[in-house]
This record gives sequence, C-alpha cells and structure tokens, in this order.
Amino acid sequence: MVSITEKAMKAIFVFCGLAIILFLVGILYILLSNSMPGLIELGLGPFFAADRWNPGAYGEPTYSLLNMIYGTLMVTLGALIFAVPVGVAAAAYLAEIASPWEREFFKPIVEVLAGVPSVVLGFFGLVVLAPLIARAFNLNSGLNAFNGAILVGIMALPTIITLAEDAITAVPKEYRHASLALGGTRWQTIWKITTPAAFSGITAAAMLGMGRAIGETMTVLMVTGNMVARPESFLDSVRTLSAGIAIDIGDVVFNSTHFHALFVAGLLLFLITFAVNLLADILIQRKPEVSK
Amino acid sequence: MKTEVLNRGIVFEKKKSEWRGYELVGFWALRSTLVLVLFILGVIVFDIVSKGAGVINWEFLTQPPRVGMTEGGIFPAIVGTFYVTVITIAFAVPLGVGAAIYLNEYAVQGKFTRLVRMSVRNLAGVPSIVFGLFGMAVFVKIFGFGPSLIAAGFTLGLLTLPVTVTASEEALRTVPKAYREGSFALGATRWQVVRTVVLPRAIPGIMTGTILGLARAAGETAPILATGAAFFLPHLPDSVTSQFMALPYHLFIMSTQHHAISQVRPIAYGTALVLLALVCILNLAAVLLRKKYRDRVAKGL
Repeated sequence: MVSITEKAMKAIFVFCGLAIILFLVGILYILLSNSMPGLIELGLGPFFAADRWNPGAYGEPTYSLLNMIYGTLMVTLGALIFAVPVGVAAAAYLAEIASPWEREFFKPIVEVLAGVPSVVLGFFGLVVLAPLIARAFNLNSGLNAFNGAILVGIMALPTIITLAEDAITAVPKEYRHASLALGGTRWQTIWKITTPAAFSGITAAAMLGMGRAIGETMTVLMVTGNMVARPESFLDSVRTLSAGIAIDIGDVVFNSTHFHALFVAGLLLFLITFAVNLLADILIQRKPEVSK
Repeated sequence: MKTEVLNRGIVFEKKKSEWRGYELVGFWALRSTLVLVLFILGVIVFDIVSKGAGVINWEFLTQPPRVGMTEGGIFPAIVGTFYVTVITIAFAVPLGVGAAIYLNEYAVQGKFTRLVRMSVRNLAGVPSIVFGLFGMAVFVKIFGFGPSLIAAGFTLGLLTLPVTVTASEEALRTVPKAYREGSFALGATRWQVVRTVVLPRAIPGIMTGTILGLARAAGETAPILATGAAFFLPHLPDSVTSQFMALPYHLFIMSTQHHAISQVRPIAYGTALVLLALVCILNLAAVLLRKKYRDRVAKGL
C-alpha cells in the first residue's frame, strides 16, 4: 500500500529535480523575451556595428556591443594564456608527484583562493596592481585589459587546477604501471602517458576556466577602466560585456530600448558561456579509452 | 630507505635518483606553480590584513556609517549580508537537497536524470551578472517585490543552487547501499528510508554544501546590484521587502563610487578584510567538516 505521504514526498522531490531544468530554461526565456523588443526595434545589425555603446546619447543613441566583445575576448584570452599552463602544471604536480602532506597542504589553499570574492580581488587590483602596472609601463593609469587579464586568470586558476587534477587522477592506473614497468621515468610517464590520456578532461578544465573568465563581472568592472572605445592594445582601457551590463543595470529605465539592449548583451553572454560549458561537459563525460 | 605508498596502490622506492637532469628542473617547475598560487593568495591576504586590521575595532563593526560615509562603521552592511544570506539559504537548501534526493534516491537513472545533472552544471556556469538580469526582470518586476532583500535573496539562491545540489548529492552517495537495502528488507517505505536512514547520515555533507553556498552568496556582488543592494540606508532593513546594504556592495562603492575615494580607503580596506575573513572562515569550516566526515566514511562508520 502506498500512503499519501509517500506519494506527496515523491512528488515534491520530482518537482525539485524538475525545477532545476525549469530555472535554466527560465533564464534563457527571460533573456530572450526581454531582448526581443530591442532586436525587433533595431534589428541585429546595430548591436554589431562599428560605432560605440552609447545608449544615453541625445538624438541618436547607439547600442554596439562590438567593442565590449573585443574587451571580453582580450581579458579572457589574456587570462587563459597564463592560467592554463600554470593551472595544468599545478594539477599535474598535485595528481602525480605531490606527497600526501603536500596535497593536504596545497589543496585547501587552492580552495581558499577559489573562495576569495571577486569584489575583493577587484579591490586588490585597483589599489595594488594598478599602481604597479602604471609605473612598470609608464602609464597614467593601470586600469586596463592587462590588469583585468591577470586578475581574471587568478580567478580561473582554482577551477582549472581542480578539474584538471580530477581528469589526471581519473586516468586508469594500468597506464602508469605499464609505463613504469617498461622503464619509463615518472617524468616520462606524466608527459607521455597520463597527461595525453587525460587530454579531453584537461581541455574541459581549460574551457570551464574560460567560462568563468568570460562571465566574471566585478573584478573586471573594477580594474579594466571601462572605456567603450576600441581597444588597441592590452594596455588600453576596455569594457567587457559583463561589466557593461553591471554599469548600466542600476539606473536603466524599465522597458526602454536601453533596457532591452542590456538583455541582448546578457543573452549573448549567456549563449557564449552556455556553449563553452556544454562543450566542456561533453569532453568531461568522455572517459579515457582503454584499448583492450 | 623510506617507502611511500601512493594512492594508486603502488609502492615506490623513494630514491634520491628519481629526478635527474632536466627532469629535476621540470619537477621544480611544476612544484613552483603551486608555490606561485600560494604566493598570490599570500600577497592578497597580506595586503588586505595589514592595511585593514588597523581600521577594525568594536565601533567599526557595530556602528553605521556617518558624515557622508567617511566615518563610522559598517554595521548595516554586516546585518544586510547576514539577512540576505539567510534568505538565500532558505531558498537554495530545501530545493537543492530535494533535487539531490530525487536524483540519488528516487529517480531511475536515465535520460531525465542526465538532463537534470547537465542543467545543474550549466546553471553553475551562468555568469553572475546574468543572474542579476534575471532577478531584476523576474523577482523585482514580474513578481513585484521591488528592489528588496527577498528579490536579492532569491537571485542569490538560484546562483548557489548548483553548489547545494552537488554537495548534497555527494553526501547522499556516501551512505552505503546496504543501509538502504537493510531498511527496505525490513519493510520500510522509500520516504521512511530517506528520512530515518539516509538523511541523518548525510547531514554533515549537506551542512558542508550549505556553508559553501553561504560563502558564495555572501561574497557575490553582481547579482544584487539591481535587485536590492543600496548605497546607503539610514535604517536597518525591517522587512523582507526592504532594501539593504551588503558587505561586497559596500566595498565596491567605497572603492569606486564614493566622492572622496582616497579619504575612505581605510574604510574600504576594513570592509574588504571583514568580507574576506567571513568568506575564508566559512570556506575553512566547510573544508574541515568535509574532511571529518570523509574520514568517518573512509573508516566505514
């Protein structure tokens, strides 16, 4: 006999599971429904036109996201250039070489770094890193893409380290045994056997780090200077998509074209990170193949 | 000669000669990356502690800002962060634990559970500012909460949901199958098994997830920018529909938006230290708690 409580509890738990999917779909729906009026009014062109984001202009406001897309790309790529090699090397060390006490010591440190709020990291970039960069490159201000890239790289590091370590640890131990039994050194085993076998997982780790970097908001908002001009170099001030939304979100007029344009930026950000995360997800599910 | 047992179950003879020539260089290069991580964290923590510690005293923690926020303390921001994280947890934990129970105890593993798990992972990757946009459109406008504690709390709740689901699922998975089978064999129903056998043993793990979610929510700024955080309020929030001051938002405005930025720099440092300490203590508590119950699970208790 199945009691009412049993049925009710089951229904509640099924609903909770369903709710997760609904939230993700709901986010996409809200982004679409709020950006549609803007897309219908302006079309897709103005959002990718060569002019600037200037929704407050009298006469002819412009809504180009192009410079912000460049800004996001620069900060993200700059961050990954340093975070991926460092992160993968740290993961390889933790998974393959570190003694138990080293793992016990370093893993919490990686976790604490992951826990540092982005606004604190941004504050650090603003008051410590910016003056250093300004002096090093003889600039008026150290608030630029370079500063943002360093800090966003630091933000992405823990994600990359943790996931790459999981991927390397998941490589079947037979691979290592075989390599070592054939007389390979541990160094050769790491670089010729385990890391290549974990390649898809390591790529996924880098991609999830990239997802973090693309969506990072507060840190870049505080350290990149937020100019909407086309950036020429890493020492120029840039505004990223996420920071662009954060700057305007506070005082945008509800249901104005400006409001809908912000949701277009949000939709773009969502779609990019969704694609990156989905790809990483597919790569993670791919287990290293054991040849029989 | 020392022997070292690796977690892969092989016994290696630990010899001086194991790393030689360029391999020794490589060994140190890999090790130095972790030293770099330690160094980065050390520099950040040292800077904020050394410049923030002098500001912190009883008055700073218990008084509201005064004289155009150039003097006084950060009490309303501490209270606001506390209130908003309570709402966040009230939203995220029941839902997250419920979803985890569904995935681990009720569902037949298949396409649908894969879809739910994929949604959890993708929700975790949604940029925080997109949650801010969603919260503004749904909780502030459609639900009509206005900028408020509840709108911001729900927005942060959505953001922390993946953390609580993942941690709760891990906790449920550590409960041995034999416990469930034993209870079923004695005639217990599924809900009875979950309530009396599985959940009590999974509580420490769920607590860990809750604390991690709390830490995440307490430090987030972007989602609350347009859902309820206020620059300055003369009163503490008196209901869930009030606006509120929050530590991360306070740090943001004190370091970028205030009219006398250099004058209020010490206050910004103090706020940064309080926020960093809060988040670090929560994270550390979660790490210790997790270690404790993992050890217990490893011993088979």
